[in-house]
Amino acid sequence: MTASASLPNCISDWLKRPDLRIVPAFSLPEDRLNMAASVRCFLRSGKNAVSTLGQRGFHKSAPASAQMMVRDALNQAMDEELERDERVFLLGEEVAQYDGAYKVSRGLWKKYGDKRIIDTPITEMGFTGIAVGAAMAGLRPICEFMTFNFSMQAIDQVINSAAKTCYMSAGRQSVPIVFRGPNGASAGVAAQHSQCFAAWYAHCPGLKVVSPWSAEDAKGLLKSAIRDDNPVVFLENELMYGVPFEMSEESQSKDFTIPIGKAKVERQGTHVTVVTHSRYVSHCLDAAAVLAKEGIECEVINLRTIRPLDVETIEASVMKTSHLVTVEGGWPQFGVGAEICAMVMEGPAFNFLDAPATRVTGVDIPMPYAKILEDNSLPQIKDIIASIKKTLNV
Amino acid sequence: MLTNFSNVLRVCAQRNGAAAVVSARTYADFTTQATFEIKKCDIHKLDEAPATQVVMTRDEGLKYYRVMQTIRRMELKADQLYKQKIIRGFCHLYDGQEACAVGIEAGINLTDHLITAYRAHGYTYTRGGTVKEIMAELTGRRGGIAKGKGGSMHMYTKNFYGGNGIVGAQVPLGAGVALACQYQGNNELSVSLYGDGAANQGQIFETYNMAALWKLPAIFICENNRYGMGTSVERSAASTDYYKRGDYIPGLRVDGMDVLCVREATKFAADHCRSGKGPMLMELQTYRYHGHSMSDPGVSYRTREEIQEVRGKSDPISLLKDRMLSNNMASVEELKEIDVSVRKEIEDAAQFATTDPEPPLEELCNHIFYNDADLEVRGTNPWTTLKSVS
Repeated sequence: MTASASLPNCISDWLKRPDLRIVPAFSLPEDRLNMAASVRCFLRSGKNAVSTLGQRGFHKSAPASAQMMVRDALNQAMDEELERDERVFLLGEEVAQYDGAYKVSRGLWKKYGDKRIIDTPITEMGFTGIAVGAAMAGLRPICEFMTFNFSMQAIDQVINSAAKTCYMSAGRQSVPIVFRGPNGASAGVAAQHSQCFAAWYAHCPGLKVVSPWSAEDAKGLLKSAIRDDNPVVFLENELMYGVPFEMSEESQSKDFTIPIGKAKVERQGTHVTVVTHSRYVSHCLDAAAVLAKEGIECEVINLRTIRPLDVETIEASVMKTSHLVTVEGGWPQFGVGAEICAMVMEGPAFNFLDAPATRVTGVDIPMPYAKILEDNSLPQIKDIIASIKKTLNV
Repeated sequence: MLTNFSNVLRVCAQRNGAAAVVSARTYADFTTQATFEIKKCDIHKLDEAPATQVVMTRDEGLKYYRVMQTIRRMELKADQLYKQKIIRGFCHLYDGQEACAVGIEAGINLTDHLITAYRAHGYTYTRGGTVKEIMAELTGRRGGIAKGKGGSMHMYTKNFYGGNGIVGAQVPLGAGVALACQYQGNNELSVSLYGDGAANQGQIFETYNMAALWKLPAIFICENNRYGMGTSVERSAASTDYYKRGDYIPGLRVDGMDVLCVREATKFAADHCRSGKGPMLMELQTYRYHGHSMSDPGVSYRTREEIQEVRGKSDPISLLKDRMLSNNMASVEELKEIDVSVRKEIEDAAQFATTDPEPPLEELCNHIFYNDADLEVRGTNPWTTLKSVS
């Protein structure tokens, strides 16, 4: 299927592209347009990824034969792990008969039944505690939060019952559990449904905190999380669920895993290190494409894991580029970017910096509803571009 | 021999204890078993109650006596060590409530599962921990059951999930263990304990709902010792019928000072669960002699007279002792021997707990994760990197 050379101007253009005709659950048409534009930048192998956003140099892997949306990658990961280990099971609200609030668990109940795919009442504290107890007694639960905002009701079970138990018991009692669900802003869901919990969970020893971006990330990291004998907080992003990505041949294997704790350099560069996670990897790659036309080459690092943070990869990059910009959707204070800056300051890369590190973050306010306000509450591509230029003093 | 017999009778006549139906016995030997009349349980959403005529063998009696006495003396020794500042932080003592832990364990198997809150030393013992490891954990030494990493509230053994510090959190955890039992089809069950204070927690009601909905093999047990820290049940609960608070879950109210009562009720509940009928709730009416913790003298919200009255009339160890003596199931000397042996065990354990070294600093960062690669942990400053082994 050849790519059209122009950006879709209206919804009907977009609808003519069957490869893009994936409907994320709650996104407004404009968001889908924006995502579609971003996505087309990623499609490769034969597709002339021409767009007004410019070319990008991609590291080409072996010829890929499949495209997959993030939600389907998550679904496949869970399906494969459910099949592989009978101790694995999924519980949460609407995960079974509804096929998942965001359809991430579609088809699993039909395949595995009531015993392994469990619909819970709307009682987060209770069912999270039950999931943790089941993990203590030898099962391997996947506990879904419809969004991580609701995990606040259960956060005591995540931290005090799950995260700390291995340490408190001196290694006697393990808790092999995955807490997963959409994290951060969606579109138009306002303040109580838009918070990013990366910093909250990543603060606590005893947890691993993972934040995938692409479909491959989602699949490989979720499989690793499920196989991990420790509590893993798996932060998905609702706006990414419907975004398709090329899946390498390697990633199509049932044993494909991505190690927790290793970041990935998505784009090589020489002038500035841009560190980001989740949805903002897309934004950073787009910004990098624009800046490349001006001769600024950004090295974009996809964290993949928030805790433990792969500071070595960041440091190696900063020692090459001498400039650091972090980009995230969460609030600035005491956040992921703040931690990256502190770690870089404490390590060998500090002496290589030619300028103070810059954080690009969500605006320090509860998320507003009106579209114009919401759009201006989160980092946009133009904000990232401007921040990079300021950091480089150009 | 006859003197002994008349002594026992005199003792019997003096006490206003439970009526004992005595079976045939010889004068030469001890009675090997006897039938006892126990208090009838109040029932909720049940057609029948646990038996009121129960059999206890001499061996069982001696075992219950020894275990209860061990818990009693262990807790009193902990009190001593705490006052000497050898134990620090939190220390919630269980003396007075021994019949609960011992009676429950007598009604289930070690292959079943149990979880409780922070007043956990007794359960750590009945679930297989040794006095030595428990005391060394209290004193924070490397020989402690959690290598000194957990302390009073975080002790674990096989099929015993602690020791939990957050009030009420252990109840959903216990139901999760029950879910695992059901999932694995192993005919095991899970006992989740909580206090009268915790009984008002929302997460407990969430747990009741899911346990009943999914018919989990879970026994929920409220140890009602009349006070949640310094607040009496009348001041904290709109309904103090804790055995009814599970609503659609059948419940029993049990005399928690009588080890046989607790045992019978637990067996009754265990049968119910194992037959797939779903959860059951038990309220054990019990009492703690100490305050809430070592920092609470325990007399600002209750009278010394009340404490003395319970000690005098309802002490679980005395009740059992009377039963055994008045039924010629044991002699005074024999029980004294057990006391001496228990005291020695406690002394030895305390000796170990005070002389065993503290954990080595190299252990500081270990066990953050299970079955994981070694990792580096930041120390208090950027130049300190510590090692964590799982």
